[in-house]
Amino acid sequence: MSCWQTIQDYALRSVGIGERRLPTEYTLCEQFTLIGSGMIWNVYFGVLALIFGFFLATAVAVGKQSNTKWIRKTAEWFVLIFRGSPLFIQFFFAYFAFLSLKQVSPIFDPFTAAWLGALIVLFLNTAAYSGEIFYGALRSIPKGDVEAADAYGFFGWPRFKRIIWPTMLRLAWPAYTNEAIFLFHATTLVFFSGFPTWGQRGDALYYANFFADKTFNPFVPYPILAGYFILMTLCIIGVFGLINRYLNRHLPQEARRLRRPRMNIIR
Amino acid sequence: MACYLTTGKHANFYYAFGTVLLLLAITAPAALAFGFGGAMAARSRVLPLSWFGKAYISVVRGVPDIAFFLFFVIALDQMFEWVRHKVKCPDWGEPIRQGNDFVVCQAAKLPLGDAPQWVHETYGFFVAVLTFAIVFGAFAANVLYGAMRAVPRPQLETAEAYGMTRRQTFWRILVPQMWVYALPGLSNLWMVLIKATPLLFLLGVEDIVYWARELGGTANPRFTNYPHGDWRMWYFLVLLVFYLGFTKISEVFLERLMVKLTHGQATTGGESQRKAT
Repeated sequence: MSCWQTIQDYALRSVGIGERRLPTEYTLCEQFTLIGSGMIWNVYFGVLALIFGFFLATAVAVGKQSNTKWIRKTAEWFVLIFRGSPLFIQFFFAYFAFLSLKQVSPIFDPFTAAWLGALIVLFLNTAAYSGEIFYGALRSIPKGDVEAADAYGFFGWPRFKRIIWPTMLRLAWPAYTNEAIFLFHATTLVFFSGFPTWGQRGDALYYANFFADKTFNPFVPYPILAGYFILMTLCIIGVFGLINRYLNRHLPQEARRLRRPRMNIIR
Repeated sequence: MACYLTTGKHANFYYAFGTVLLLLAITAPAALAFGFGGAMAARSRVLPLSWFGKAYISVVRGVPDIAFFLFFVIALDQMFEWVRHKVKCPDWGEPIRQGNDFVVCQAAKLPLGDAPQWVHETYGFFVAVLTFAIVFGAFAANVLYGAMRAVPRPQLETAEAYGMTRRQTFWRILVPQMWVYALPGLSNLWMVLIKATPLLFLLGVEDIVYWARELGGTANPRFTNYPHGDWRMWYFLVLLVFYLGFTKISEVFLERLMVKLTHGQATTGGESQRKAT
């Protein structure tokens, strides 16, 4: 079987299109194709959780600064719970919680599947982490900016939308890039926690682990997986770098320089 | 209820919390040692050594940690067996990798095939600790590498002016001063390490996640071992609370340590402490 044939058969296997039966021989081509196919899930979880999480994170950051006590407390507890406990345990807990709810009402049926249940956990998790980042940025907005906005008669929603929010994003962006990278890394946890794979449609790590188990040779599939992830990290850095340039477009050239994302947190 | 929660199986569950704490207690210093070695290698003047240090730091950080956990457990195991194979059975004719199999002679098996159960468990735990140390060593190396460069330059120049050698400057001036710069990063890392411990489950150690799944579940719907339904949700809630409490306590403790370390340092924190008294 030629490699092109393999790619045609297996490139979309992780989402259920193409050949159902897993290959029986494990050449480099099969490994590249199937692990790459699994990356679809990682991208799916990462992108959707990031987009939805972004909005909730803004809400959480603003909530943490709120003067109303119950809003502030809710936001603080939300951040504490999701940042203080391991994502791995959160996945397990959510899965079994959804399982129990399923017995109450069939509405919760799709929640026990990874595509929705795990997405919700990742979404809440990233919202908590980036909410904390945004909150830090919100607190370090230069006082002068806000005073100037007041002097121009900005108030309430327009002031937030035109002045505070863009500045907050600009300040938080390097740290937020980090958060995005680690969110994508965290997506590998999905199929290793409670959420089951249906019909062996797993993510990239699932297939890498499958090949390592079958060939008893970890030195081929895991480096392939690592290569894919490094590529993806470079893509994220590229896209976020462009956005960073856009956010900082009004600043003098010197200050525009993209601060290298430093990676020192994982979950 | 109280009677049920004190069965022998539950004792295993409680011991597993001890396993997690033990893992943390062993891994933290080991990872710090790996990190120190990595940082020293990265700032070495010997070029290959410096490349090695930098490659170690960037590769481990650029790839999902869970992939490394899964990789190292097999890779380390095979490496040990391969080395023992070469030493113990030099006259073994067949190749080690036969297609999809990894074959070593009986004497090189690790742990030996006839070893008791606890040896197997301890070996698995040991490999897990080593894996954690390698992965978190890279993160620690990055933090320490940054901290070493954050020590004010004049301090080192003064040491040179006093005629200290490079080695003396490193051990007597740089190392004692770098900790205050490294502590925020290291405390962050400690939090991450705590939150990474449930991954032990993936490495085949019978840890709290394993027992929570075992005890909470109805082992088999037909032959129920446990006098309850699906309680896994509650068991995992307990774990969630355990980790929350643990990170909270660590936070308080690390805050105190930071206050102590900044005492008398040439930083803004140390300066404000001096003014306060």
